[in-house]
Parts: sequence; structure tokens; C-alpha cells
Amino acid sequence: MIYKGNVWKFGDNIDTDIIIPARYLAHTDPKTLGEHCMEPISPDFSKKVKKGDIIVAGANFGCGSSREHAPIAISALGIPVVIAKSFARIFYRNAFNKGLALIEADVYDLAEEGDEIEIDVFSGTIKIKGNTVKAKPIPPFMMELIEAGGLINYLKKKLEEKK
Amino acid sequence: MGMTITEKILADHSGRSFVEPGEIIDARVDIVLANDITAPLSLEEFEKVGAKGVFDNERVVFVLDHFTPNKDVISAENCKKIREFSKKHQIKHFYEGGNCGIEHALLPEQGIVVPGDVVIGADSHTCTYGALGAFATGMGSTDITYAMVTGNIWFKVPESIKFLCYGKWQKWVTGKDLILHIIGMIGVDGALYAAMEFDGEAISTLSMDSRMTVANMAIEAGAKNGIFKVDEKTISYIKERAKRPYKIFESDKDARYKQTIEIDVSKIGLKVACPHLPSNVVDVEGLKDIEIDQVVIGSCTNGRLEDLETAANILKGKKVASWVRCIIIPATPEIYRESIKRGFIEIFMEAGCIISPPTCGPCLGGHMGVLAKGERAIATTNRNFIGRMGHPESEVYLSGPAVAASSAIKGRIAHPEEVL
Ligand code: SF4
Repeated sequence: MIYKGNVWKFGDNIDTDIIIPARYLAHTDPKTLGEHCMEPISPDFSKKVKKGDIIVAGANFGCGSSREHAPIAISALGIPVVIAKSFARIFYRNAFNKGLALIEADVYDLAEEGDEIEIDVFSGTIKIKGNTVKAKPIPPFMMELIEAGGLINYLKKKLEEKK
Repeated sequence: MGMTITEKILADHSGRSFVEPGEIIDARVDIVLANDITAPLSLEEFEKVGAKGVFDNERVVFVLDHFTPNKDVISAENCKKIREFSKKHQIKHFYEGGNCGIEHALLPEQGIVVPGDVVIGADSHTCTYGALGAFATGMGSTDITYAMVTGNIWFKVPESIKFLCYGKWQKWVTGKDLILHIIGMIGVDGALYAAMEFDGEAISTLSMDSRMTVANMAIEAGAKNGIFKVDEKTISYIKERAKRPYKIFESDKDARYKQTIEIDVSKIGLKVACPHLPSNVVDVEGLKDIEIDQVVIGSCTNGRLEDLETAANILKGKKVASWVRCIIIPATPEIYRESIKRGFIEIFMEAGCIISPPTCGPCLGGHMGVLAKGERAIATTNRNFIGRMGHPESEVYLSGPAVAASSAIKGRIAHPEEVL
């Protein structure tokens, strides 16, 4: 799976209240959630971002609450992958369960907003401005989840096997 | 090779005699929890899977506490969905009406969670139950659906960090100050993916309410769980409440830790976390003339009886500053009732406080105390991220109940000694 897009940069400790503020959590439809993504620090983000763009962030991306609305909001804008120095634990599970790929790599200082970036999710190879960066490999179990199409499809398969 | 309490509970629930950090295991869960924000997504997934029912209708728990009593039509629709599902599947622990409180105060109080359990909840502060010697952690709605259907979930066994606490507690200082001190020291990702284990002589003198405050905020250091050993205090708390038999696990002497951090609690004073991270921690004395518009005393962190008692002791015979809204939220109906019996509610009303029904409400900027642009609050809650309590340009300071109550009187952030 190879993704190519333009970079949107966010710093360290981007928490779930930034990704999608709590006042919108009564909503479950992806479109509404996407419209308010990153609103507290970048009110126009949802209008400016294009399908296929990629988020590059610092450490501890997704810290805070367990709201799955956060990865849903990001995916709803057509962002297929987030690259960060590190991710918060619950966000990490949620993203993969929902089919948003997360890559742990340090390209923060290398990337500038708007740069074109290419990432091969399976091999973990990132290309930016002529540089090649190797990401931390995705754990085999997470790969299994992606290949199954998320946790719910994985469970569906399991339940059918039982029958 | 020895194991930690976290490793032992996970080994026990995955039918193994030994597990070690980094392993991925499939474990049985004792309790699966969701709330009015996260359950709707879980139930949507439940439909998609085409499952016939839940794995055990006595072990799936729904607490509708975030936007309730329902703040708008969409919240009401969400609660209706969960109510109908609960009726259909005969969910035993469904809380919405006069029995409802903030989930992480309610579950231990009602004896739904017991020592030795594995608990997962679609709420990040599920880690609170570690105070009872259980392994408890937050997950997203999809993981919760998986566990609701199968009774199992996968875990990566975490490394453990031990916080060895010794020394005598200073006056006024509680579990909130300890955990703020720790988060200030190690940062909001200082325990990322790890188990935080709290031990030492200073912990044994800490009340159950305070232990729950400490475990509650383990997530604010990025931890997977926070955990305490079971002692006489735990047993006396749980003995009358436990709805199921429980099992006590204890870390081995030769258990392996990623790190051991020693903390002399006698050096910890009253702490405040400044905007916009729980790790921006300073001593209250260092904050001069920070005027406030609102005080919130409540939440799954500090809305328990001990917290309200502390606030009542400070507010007794005093008045809240005229321009300040001081909102008091007993975390559960039992705490509310006990606060009436003990006269706390009378004290709060005399002082000019607003008393809210048990709800998360302002803690997440939901309702019952949302901040306007430029407003500032001090709250006994656990998060002060940008916009957490309302407008993106509002500010939240975090403290324990003693500082919050004193600040309400002064109209600025204050130490209890300034008002007594
Ligand atoms: S009180 Fe606040 S932190 Fe606790 S469960 Fe409710 S919203 Fe979450």
C-alpha cells in the first residue's frame, strides 16, 4: 500500500480534544466529525485539506480520550495515514481498528507544510525531498487487522468460521 | 522469573502461567463498559457484525453520564438507542436515571469491579479501577464491540514502572497532588504504553478515594493502566460492595520493572496544572493573582465523598466570590445522598455554590458549565487541553478540592491557609 500526498504539520501532544472537540461527540456521522477536525488550533483545516493529504506530527499524537471519533474525523477528510514520532496508546488501537494507518517515524524536522511525501505502509519506507526514512515496522498483529479490513471484519470472519 | 501484579492478572486471564512485556495475548475480560458517547459507535459496529447477543448480560455495563440529563436532541437519541439495546439484551447494569453517576466513581462504589479483574471500557479513565488491584484500561468503541460479543480482547503486555512512595504527607496534600507531581515530573507521555504501579509506605496511608484519583490520571502520563496492591483498606472498601468473588494478586519480589522511581511525599505540596497540559505543574504558592470565573469540584477524578468533605470544610461559613460560579458535582447518587446527610450540601448552598446532578457535564465542555471566550476556570478534573471546558480561548487549571474551594472564595487561585 503506497500513499502519496502533501504534508500538514502538527506538533507534540496533539490531543483528542484538538482532533475533535468533545462538544461534537454526540455526532457519529463521519462527515460532521470531519468538518470539526483540528478546529481548536486550525479552524479552517477541514476546508483546506485535500483528499490524500498526510499528517506529520511530533510525539504522543492522539493523547487524551478514548473517543473513536478522532480517527474517524481524520479519515473522513480523506487522510489515509498519520506519521508521528510516537502515538498515544488508545488512539493507536482505534486508528488501526478503523482502518487509519499510523506510522511511527521521525520526519518532523525534515518535512515542511505542503511538501510532497510518499509512504509505503507495508515496508515502512518514507520518501521526502530526496531523503528516504525507515519507519518502525507495524506489529504483525496490526498488519493482520489491516489485511482483514479492520477489527470488525476480522470479528465477522471469526464468527462465520464458528458457524 | 517473577511477575508484576499487572503481568499476573493478564497471565491468569489468558490461561497462562507466565507472560512477559511485549507479548500479545488474548485475555478474558470480566467487565466491558461503555458510556453515552462511546456506546452508540459500539452498537453501530455490533449491528454490522451481525452478532446475536452479548457474551454475558451481567458483565456488559452502560453508564449514560457524559451529556446527561440529555443536553440536546442528538444526545437524547443516542441514549434512547442504548436504552433500547439494553432492554432487548437484558443488560443488568444499565444506568441512566436516579441510579446514574459518573462511571468511574459508580462502578467501584456499586461493587461491579473487584480486585483481580480485567476491565476494559470505552473511556480512557477506565484505568481508575487499578486502585482496587484490578487491571483496567481504556479502549475505543470497536474494541469494546469485539469484547461485548466474544468476552475476550487482545492485549500487548505492558512494561511496568514502579513508583515507590515514602514519607509523611503534608497537611492538605492528597492523591491529586501526588499524581500531578508525577505527571509534572515524567510528562504526558512519560509512561507511554506502560503500567504505573504505586507502592510504598506512603501509599498504604492513602485513602481509597485518593488512590482512585491517582489511578484515574495514569492515562494523563500516557500509561496503559495504573495499579495498587490490595491491602486492608481495599478489603474493607470492597467487602460490603463486591457483587462477585474476587482474587488478590501481588507483585513478586523479583518482578522486573522498566524503571523504579522513588518519591518522598513529604516534599510534595499543593499542586496546580496550568493550561494547556496536565504536565504544566507548579506549586500553588507560585501562582500569584490568577483571577478565575468558574470553579468545578467534581468528575471521576475528584467528585467523591472525601473531596466534597474537604471542600465543605473550607467553604463552611464562607462565601464564594461574587463574580465566580462555583459548581459542585457529587459523582454518584450515593455520594450526593451522603453529602446531604452530612450537611455538605447545606454548606455549599449557604456559600453560594451551584449543585449539579451527577454528570460529567463541564469536565469535557459538554454542558452545565461551559466556558466563554477568555474565561478561566480551576477544576478538580483531569484534563486542561485547549478548549476542554468550552471556547478554544478559555483556560482550565487543575487542582485538588482544597485549592479549588479556596480559590472559589478568593476569586483567584489560592492556598487553603489564605482563607482559613
Ligand atoms: S468526569 Fe470527565 S474525565 Fe471523567 S469520565 Fe466524565 S468526561 Fe471523562
